Amino acid sequence: MRQLTTDIRSIARKLLQEKKVQVVIGFERGSMPLRSRPCFVRKEEDVERLVWDGFCENTLAAYLPKRKEKVAIVAKGCDSRAVVELIKEKQAQREQVILIGVPCRGMIDRTRVEANVAPKRILQAEEREDVLILKGSDFEQALSRSDLLHDSCKTCTHPNPVLHDVLAGQPLVEKDGDSFSDIEAFDAMTSEERWAYVSKEVDKCIRCYACRNACPLCYCPECFVDASLPRWIGKSTDASDTTIFHLMRAYHLAGRCVSCGACERACPVGVDIRKLNRKLQKDVKALFGYEAGLSLDETSPLATFRPDDPEHFIVNP
Amino acid sequence: MSSPSKILRKVRLASFLERLIQERQVFAPVREGEVILIREIESPSQVVLEYPNAKESPKSVLFPQRETLFWYRAEKGKAEVDIPRDKEQGRVLFGIRPCDARGLLLLDKVFGGDCRDPYYVGKRANTVVVSLGCDDPNPSCFCLSMGGGPCSKEGSDLFLLDVGDRYVAEGVNEKSAALLADETFEKLDEETAALAEKVKRASGASMHPVVLKEKLVEQLERLFNDPVWKDLTESCLGCGICTYLCPTCHCFDLCDEAAGTTGERIRVWDSCQFPLFTQQASGFNPRPTVKERFRQRIMHKFSYLPETQTMPGCVGCGRCVTECPVNLDIREVVTSLSKGNAR
Repeated sequence: MRQLTTDIRSIARKLLQEKKVQVVIGFERGSMPLRSRPCFVRKEEDVERLVWDGFCENTLAAYLPKRKEKVAIVAKGCDSRAVVELIKEKQAQREQVILIGVPCRGMIDRTRVEANVAPKRILQAEEREDVLILKGSDFEQALSRSDLLHDSCKTCTHPNPVLHDVLAGQPLVEKDGDSFSDIEAFDAMTSEERWAYVSKEVDKCIRCYACRNACPLCYCPECFVDASLPRWIGKSTDASDTTIFHLMRAYHLAGRCVSCGACERACPVGVDIRKLNRKLQKDVKALFGYEAGLSLDETSPLATFRPDDPEHFIVNP
Repeated sequence: MSSPSKILRKVRLASFLERLIQERQVFAPVREGEVILIREIESPSQVVLEYPNAKESPKSVLFPQRETLFWYRAEKGKAEVDIPRDKEQGRVLFGIRPCDARGLLLLDKVFGGDCRDPYYVGKRANTVVVSLGCDDPNPSCFCLSMGGGPCSKEGSDLFLLDVGDRYVAEGVNEKSAALLADETFEKLDEETAALAEKVKRASGASMHPVVLKEKLVEQLERLFNDPVWKDLTESCLGCGICTYLCPTCHCFDLCDEAAGTTGERIRVWDSCQFPLFTQQASGFNPRPTVKERFRQRIMHKFSYLPETQTMPGCVGCGRCVTECPVNLDIREVVTSLSKGNAR
């Protein structure tokens, strides 16, 4: 961890010194234990703010669209995949972005950590190779890192950046292909059961749009929920509106979602947003053999047309 | 007029709540999945009182995220309007934290001031607030810096403090009299009273004032056009978590949900962090980016509200601190601005 921080800092310093980029987007220490947060470094003397640890959970690629300047971005596997999609969708230019790739061992879910020691309060956390050591006013406890990862990190099969210009540290062993074991139970449900599950989840939604705003691929200049002429959906937390919001968003991300998990991490009320995204990811893989964000040259299946595309479900439903 | 303090033994809490539920709507912290929320309870067994704070503030009990203002029907040049009637039954907001009780004071000023909002005021008059002092504040809490405290009684009608196997119950005003008249409450003995004072002192001492705000109002005026806002807000995602979870944020939108010639006019929460909040019919938006929107949130809380409502729009509950997906910490922002840190 410490070595990766050192590497990221020296790479960032060099890029700023040589004026290859105007800003480096990375992580700095947050204001509380178990938190690191996005930071924007423009001056050489500020590179010491940059850190790397198990709490660098934000998908920094979300800061890429609409940027004019040349940027370097600290990129985990998922970040790099999001950048690939953004470049393919012309939201960023390849020559505008320098990816500082960082092999990622998975990020720690602080709610999981807190649940482990509740109701005790964590005042300090120290991350070592495979353990997380927590300290409070009257306790000290070590937890195994691998038990604490975010769900999206548990299913991640691309810990190494798929695209990078410079790599911090050494690549990790790649994982086997995605088995989608996390959605087996959801897949096995009847459509009524699935509807009930989704309804129960979206019922928690408070329409804060943190999921959408944290998502690197949700960059529409005007989201359909914000359209007022005409207004597509209501503004309240009525089930019909929250359901439409989540279903539409999931479908709009079909074949584009890189499964970074930013949506689920941002949600303050614990809506199981990823279930829909994962289901669609699995379907896209089965139907088109496509996984989002792996290569700049692959055509996105839902952004193209082939004369032999199946259409029986349209003409003969 | 303050009632004398009494004792409520924890073993007798359930029977007390049971009686309350018979007479009134009782809202209390409950566990839903992995989070604690303030919800109407049907049984005392649902109530969770050993909790840092609820994920969402209790404002929705008095100011729901979606509220029908009236139903309408228009037929052949005739229009009929129906206004919802509030339940006669009183409400109790039980076991909320002192910061949230204090937050209600701001809502009272906004909805019950010169421009009286009958929907809020009706519910509020009918509600008894029973708050629960904090004996172990969170690291994200900063109520002391905002003029409150872990055992502040402001905004409460009845104040409870956990002293082990019992609560000390202090009546703050006459609204608590009916509750304190219940047979459950016992006379306060000196030993328990001394214990309560000890708990109060310890919880206050465990908090560190983190926000400097002495010169904040004048600094905010001076810094309004400073580029520092761009630096402060560069990581902001522009979501509505901070405003929707806030116990004092109260901005709303009015819209019609219509089907043909019938429909209802509803009030829904809105957020200054959303682009649509200030979008004008022409398409022009005076707050086009997160910079202006975030600045509005800070200005409203720490400059405009202190002037118009004599208190800041922040009670230091720390929800926006813990729940912000990018850890954009309002304590740091306010501290930096009050020091006059321009770019």
